[in-house]
Amino acid sequence: MSAAADHDAHHADERHVHSHDHGHDDGAGHGTFKGYMTGFVLSVILTAIPFWLVMGGVFDNKQTTTLLILAFGAVQILVHMVYFLHMNTSSEGGWNMLALIFTVVLVVITLSGSLWVMYHMNTNMMPMSVHDMRNMP
Amino acid sequence: MHEERSQLMQTLFGRLSLEAIPYHEPILLATFAVAALLGGSLFGYVTYQRKWGYLYREWFCSIDHKKIGIMYMVLGIVMLIRGFADAIMMRLQQAIAFGDAAGYLPPHHYDQIFTAHGVIMIFFVAMPLITGLMNYIVPLQIGARDVAFPFLNNFSFWMTSAGAALVMVSLFIGEFAKTGWLAYPPLSGVAYSPDVGVDYYIWSLQIAGVGTLLSGVNLLATIVKMRAPGMTLMKMPIFTWTALCTNVLIVAAFPVLTAVLVLLSLDRYVGTAFFTNDFGGNPMMYVNLIWIWGHPEVYILILPVFGVFSEVVSTFSRKRLFGYASMVYATVVITILSYLVWLHHFFTMGSGASVNSFFGITTMIISIPTGAKIFNWLFTMYRGRIQFEVPMLWTIGFMVTFVVGGMTGVLLAVPPADFVLHNSLFLIAHFHNVIIGGVVFGVFAGINFWFPKATGFKLDPFWGKTSFWFWFVGFWFAFMPLYVLGLMGVTRRLSHFDDPSLQIWFQIAAFGAVLILFGIVAFLVQIYVSIRDREKLRDHTGDPWGGRTLEWSTSSPPPDYNFAFTPVVREQDAWWDMKARGHQRPLQGYLPIHMPKSTGAGLLLAGLSAVCGFAFIWHIWWLVVASFVALIGSAIAHTFNYNRDFYIPADVVTRVENERTRLLAQQG
Repeated sequence: MSAAADHDAHHADERHVHSHDHGHDDGAGHGTFKGYMTGFVLSVILTAIPFWLVMGGVFDNKQTTTLLILAFGAVQILVHMVYFLHMNTSSEGGWNMLALIFTVVLVVITLSGSLWVMYHMNTNMMPMSVHDMRNMP
Repeated sequence: MHEERSQLMQTLFGRLSLEAIPYHEPILLATFAVAALLGGSLFGYVTYQRKWGYLYREWFCSIDHKKIGIMYMVLGIVMLIRGFADAIMMRLQQAIAFGDAAGYLPPHHYDQIFTAHGVIMIFFVAMPLITGLMNYIVPLQIGARDVAFPFLNNFSFWMTSAGAALVMVSLFIGEFAKTGWLAYPPLSGVAYSPDVGVDYYIWSLQIAGVGTLLSGVNLLATIVKMRAPGMTLMKMPIFTWTALCTNVLIVAAFPVLTAVLVLLSLDRYVGTAFFTNDFGGNPMMYVNLIWIWGHPEVYILILPVFGVFSEVVSTFSRKRLFGYASMVYATVVITILSYLVWLHHFFTMGSGASVNSFFGITTMIISIPTGAKIFNWLFTMYRGRIQFEVPMLWTIGFMVTFVVGGMTGVLLAVPPADFVLHNSLFLIAHFHNVIIGGVVFGVFAGINFWFPKATGFKLDPFWGKTSFWFWFVGFWFAFMPLYVLGLMGVTRRLSHFDDPSLQIWFQIAAFGAVLILFGIVAFLVQIYVSIRDREKLRDHTGDPWGGRTLEWSTSSPPPDYNFAFTPVVREQDAWWDMKARGHQRPLQGYLPIHMPKSTGAGLLLAGLSAVCGFAFIWHIWWLVVASFVALIGSAIAHTFNYNRDFYIPADVVTRVENERTRLLAQQG
């Protein structure tokens, strides 16, 4: 289904009218009980594991735990988008996917850029220790 | 405060007391007198004319995108006068404060003025003006009857106005921030700015930010979902394209500003340490975050006016825009790249050679698509039949001015050069060069171009040309000296100088500012004269310039429903194509038209937000709670308002359209 045809269906003065002829062409699933349950169970599991990682003290290395929690968080976002928001590559004529890609690109730029910038700032500009700070010119 | 305030007063009024009223400052007192006189006479005039009911019902409550667009423009122009008053006060101070002369502005007042000038010009002049243009024009250009969420549009406008109102209140109750327009900590932290100035800054921007974000969502949804049949993305008018990219930027960037201001308010209100010097805080993080919003912001401002110039150039050269596709791609590339350059605002903060080179190079790359646009406009003019109407004058003035501003920008993008020029008047000259030469010229081009569409009569060309020449010459006089001073190492935001050899440059700059004042006055005269002579300047065709896009296909001003029948688009420049095919306006078969209904909810919610912000600023906690509860309550109550739409009956549409048919026939 082309983007143009989709817009015809949604255009201005018909926006309050659901055009039934295009059925599921907008690509968004309407959600089934099974879908919601799958999403729910997956979310519970993905939430429980990080809790267990922290409370059970599974790894000695805190960094490993942090990275794993972040990874589970990312998967959790995907689960929500697929099972609860019914997003897929063709919903809303591809606009959802386009918006998602744009968002991901910007979030990656912002986060990695900030980390990179702030890491260098920290190395170059911040005094090493309280002792250094006291002896600053 | 000399005596201890009673517990009761503290509870009732927080930090607010009579001492917050600056009656000991003669300048502010005089300003207040003038403002009260003007406001009072305006109030009296409207009351005398018994227009309050009309204004409230037909404008304040209106959710018609056209009326909201006009209200945005009025807000922008009113705030332009305030922001310019700040500017000329600074120019005057800097022209006289040399050696023994201290000037007429004490430093704490001067600091507020340059902060207010920056905040007002960006948030409450440039933003409302471009949002107003997009609001008015985009639905008309895509053949829609309104925006996607008409109520939200009204609400956004009032939130922006509420933010502007808070800034204005700070003039007479308390004071404004003394931190510069981006309020860097630690200076803006509670340790160094314990008074209300920064709080006014935070809350006015937060409230206006809600408005900006929601209007971004609204226009984005409008452009994506409501284009006329046949208008594929690559057949969209270029102004709509730039509006689309701008609103994408707004939706992506403004949450960052909101978040960083929330962190700053937490530092100030509850004692967290995100941006403090001690307890592990890091003020550099604030600078990093605010420029992740701040750089896209400048493209939010400039992209729509690139669209305006594209429409103006092709209309007045009587040619299709040269390189439409490359214009679209350039716009999209700028949209993405605008997220990759933010560090060039703080090269000197010390992130080192590798980081600085990366951001220096990305900054230079962004000038490539921008340069491509300049060439596209030049090639559109090449061998065109150019008409030097007022919008075209602004456009040519822009091309000359903006290129210079762009080149000094590329110069600043070289990190070693930036170490010399950073924080100097060279930088000030550069960004005024691109913002005045770009955004302001573009907005004036847009106003002169679309005014006949909005009102049904053209703006007076004589005063329009007068205004243009004063602005244009005034700009060069006001800012070229600042380039010179910047190269000599004069830093920004100074209220006093010792070296008398510099004075002549500041005097030239002040002279330029006076010329710009004449430009603004000429613009106001232009509006007045045009309204006075409206019958002479009247246009019944709806297409006074020989336009190319759909907004010119309907009457001027357009009827409430914009188009009796939704146009069908076959080509780029849809209206030009329809005219070329000998399009006949359908004269019968009108149907009732489904329209959204006016509501006062937006005004109420924004008013409550302003009260809530004011209470936060002055620490009047009971009022914070009360107004916040009322705000949420009213928002929920509004969701139960099911009386939101109505139909314009077919015979009303018929009457309106027949009247247009009659006028068109009369015209010849």
